[in-house]
Amino acid sequence: MTDAPRPIIQIQNVSKRFGKVTAVDNVSLDIMAGEFFVLLGPSGCGKTTLLRMIAGFELPTEGHILIDGQDMAGIPPNKRPVNMVFQSYAVFPHMSVADNVAYGLKIAGVRGGEVKDRVAEALELVKLGGFEDRMPDQMSGGQRQRVALARSLIMRPKVLLLDEPLSALDAKLRAQMQFELADLQDQVGITFVTVTHDQDEALSMASRIAVINKGDVAQLAGPSDLYEYPANRFVADFVGSVNIFEGKLTLDEPDRAAVDCPGLGRVYLNHGVTGPHGADVWVALRPEKIYLHVPGEGKAVRAAAQDAPEGHNFARGTIKGMSYLGDITLYDIELESGARLRVSRPNLSRHDQEDFTWDDKVSMHWRADSPVVLLG
Amino acid sequence: MAIFSRTPRAPLEYSRTLWMRLWVGAVMVFLYAPLVVLMIFSFNDSKRNVVWRGFTFKYYDKALGNDVLVEALVNSLTIAALATLISLILGAVAAVMLWRFRFPLKGAVDGTISLPIIVPEICMGVAFLIFFAKWLEWPTNLIWPFNLGAIIIAHITFCFPFVTMVVRSRLATFNREQEEAAKDLGAGEWAVFRDVLIPHMRPALIAGALLSFTLSLDDFVITYFTSGPDTITFPVKVYSMVRFSVTPEVNAASTLLILLTILLTAVALKLQGVKAIAETH
Amino acid sequence: MAEQDWKANKRVFAAVSVPTLLWTLLFFVIPMAIVWFYSFGENRGLTEIEFSGTLENYKRATEFLYLSIFGKSFAVAALVTLICLIVGFPVAMAITFASEKWRPWLLLGIMLPFWTNLLIRTYALMMLLGTQGFANKGLGALWDGASWLKTLVGMQPLPTWEPVQLLFNNFAVVFGLVYVHLPFMVLPLYAALDRLDRSLIEASLDLGAGHFRTIMRIVVPLAAPGIVAGVMITLIPALGAYLTPDLMGGTDSQMIANVIERQFKKANDWPFGAALSFILIYAMFILIALQSMRRKVPEAR
Repeated sequence: MTDAPRPIIQIQNVSKRFGKVTAVDNVSLDIMAGEFFVLLGPSGCGKTTLLRMIAGFELPTEGHILIDGQDMAGIPPNKRPVNMVFQSYAVFPHMSVADNVAYGLKIAGVRGGEVKDRVAEALELVKLGGFEDRMPDQMSGGQRQRVALARSLIMRPKVLLLDEPLSALDAKLRAQMQFELADLQDQVGITFVTVTHDQDEALSMASRIAVINKGDVAQLAGPSDLYEYPANRFVADFVGSVNIFEGKLTLDEPDRAAVDCPGLGRVYLNHGVTGPHGADVWVALRPEKIYLHVPGEGKAVRAAAQDAPEGHNFARGTIKGMSYLGDITLYDIELESGARLRVSRPNLSRHDQEDFTWDDKVSMHWRADSPVVLLG
Repeated sequence: MAIFSRTPRAPLEYSRTLWMRLWVGAVMVFLYAPLVVLMIFSFNDSKRNVVWRGFTFKYYDKALGNDVLVEALVNSLTIAALATLISLILGAVAAVMLWRFRFPLKGAVDGTISLPIIVPEICMGVAFLIFFAKWLEWPTNLIWPFNLGAIIIAHITFCFPFVTMVVRSRLATFNREQEEAAKDLGAGEWAVFRDVLIPHMRPALIAGALLSFTLSLDDFVITYFTSGPDTITFPVKVYSMVRFSVTPEVNAASTLLILLTILLTAVALKLQGVKAIAETH
Repeated sequence: MAEQDWKANKRVFAAVSVPTLLWTLLFFVIPMAIVWFYSFGENRGLTEIEFSGTLENYKRATEFLYLSIFGKSFAVAALVTLICLIVGFPVAMAITFASEKWRPWLLLGIMLPFWTNLLIRTYALMMLLGTQGFANKGLGALWDGASWLKTLVGMQPLPTWEPVQLLFNNFAVVFGLVYVHLPFMVLPLYAALDRLDRSLIEASLDLGAGHFRTIMRIVVPLAAPGIVAGVMITLIPALGAYLTPDLMGGTDSQMIANVIERQFKKANDWPFGAALSFILIYAMFILIALQSMRRKVPEAR
């Protein structure tokens, strides 16, 4: 896209309280036209409430929601230029597929041949061509979801809202649908806003993700930034799995930094973190970014020393637990400090699983660009 | 929730629209106004019901001093209590039978058991009239409470299918694995019934008891046909009083019965909570 | 749910089936069968009835007088059901969408009158509707007010208020039956609406439909089983109503139950009364058969 990004949805200082419970707490964010935007967070974090406020089913206690520059206050859901795919799909069980898909068009006053053509076109788009006369109870969950998608897309909304679109599908279908949704969005060019609690879903589909925690935006970033540069402990922990250690910042210069962690040892980074010297910070280290070495510790020390000063980015421990997951194996390692570390290792050859086993003494190292220092 | 609350109304909050509130309010007035007026005028110091002439308990004295009325009330409560007890047992047993077993002619048995729910009261009244007067010739000169036997039998017959219905829909939600778990842990048929099934049925049994008791206490038509000339129940007595003349005494007696209904409801609420009571219906 | 074959556990089956079956047979099937036999009998003398197998009683029931009473009973019951449906539907909607805190109390508000003695409720209504009752007083006050307003603008006052006859006519019967049966209608409607997935309503609004259109095209069709149940649960007892027409009706407001009662208590024509009873029962069966046919239609699609 060469156009300058234009905000299609502007959420301005929106709060929503149900009695004493604050579901959404002073959120502001802009969603750009053409984005595949994902609201990601644990259940009960307020992400669905936010989506329902965009659709008009809940009204903000404070703040404003603008769609395409127009304030939505006082505009009921049936007059908003957005459509929603519900978590339960909400396909009308007493209407055929064609009647379901045509429902909104007929209400908008479209008549005759155009309805038929557009229904056929919409069904083709979601790969349900020829299903016009089926009743919803004769279809699988995945097919019903496609009907719900077609029913919304036929309205040509400015924004399509999807509430946990994949949560009711089985694992295989979910993976397939992730790709299809992303393709579909590409094809129709409509802005998609999706709510999910599943990080894989978010990472694979989104162009941008807002991680929501306790009614507030914890981080707003693209998928890889979110994973590689989490802004705080909540995001680091919620997106992917991670080892977190508390420590003190001992060195902080523009091109390098060091943290002294009682649990993990001394951690060296090849970039600055701009935190106050001596501050309490947290170091996050992803399990897949840690290299395991068979005893003969010299190798690990030498490997670590390639990009970090002597005595940094290196640890020793004992394997206390293993779980073999086929593609990778997870190791639960007790460090000499008594802390636990999770390490994952791809099973590159069939015999890899035998390399390490319970109670083996191991050494570990990681690269200087792997750890992330978190200030909050 | 104030009548005019300031937070804007979300689309599905239908019950917050003004016309809905007015509608529900009007229906509630429609349902309760007559009862409230009846209760207020039981304290009215006037023979004619319509003009307020001052507060009095006179008609309560009169109603409670009226031996026939008191006897009728005692009869009604006795009938309702006995009919409820037996209906509860019969109804629960029938529900277990229909839920648990497959047997020949099950459809016909099921239909016949639920038939008293559908057959008009008047037809059942007629049937009991003929049955007890002409065929069984239930003696009418027995001592109390056996003189009420025919009425109690009639009441049980139309009450227990309701218990069966309520208990059966509750049993449908029973997780068979609980029964299997109990058996796995060594429980026999009877222990399973007592420790697992009965506790599961409890809310339905309470609802069924409440339903039976009110149905029995409420019944006029069937009792009117079944009862001999000498046995009188509360509705039959009120009926003859209303036919004869409308006096504040009837108001007083009615108020007492309404209070009893409210009391029973309160007891049921205490036992079950509003939600459970509302849901079993 | 796997049902057990009765032979697999005969002891338990006997324990649960014998009391039920015996009771139903002795105190329901036999009495009803006797009525059925009576309906083919003839009066012989004052108390003697002979089972002659005659169809005379049924023939008599088709005379214009009785046919018109049947017709009238149906008309009244249908009208009552319709009014209950129109009045009750918004109430059921309001309860369904009320807040968690209010819903149980509203339900209780509907159920409490249902638990209150029918005779007391009828009597209370009679008090209110009588010529000296509050309904008349209220109307009288309105009338006087209107009259006063007319004099205020310099017109002739209205003639003095004559109390309207609100009781002992067909209006009173319909009014009384609606009063008594309204909770019967609201509860099944509520049960059906409560089961409805709310996102269906939201989806309809989301696709541009207004509230009225959503109710007519989504809510009503999906609540149809509950509506049918409510209609049946109101129509059937209304059709067989005895007390309300007896106490609140006039001489021309007799419904079928009153005619049956007269055969037994006054006219002493038991066989004819028995025949009328069974015609009423058959009518119920036809209604129920119609309902179950209706239920099968959408499944066939």
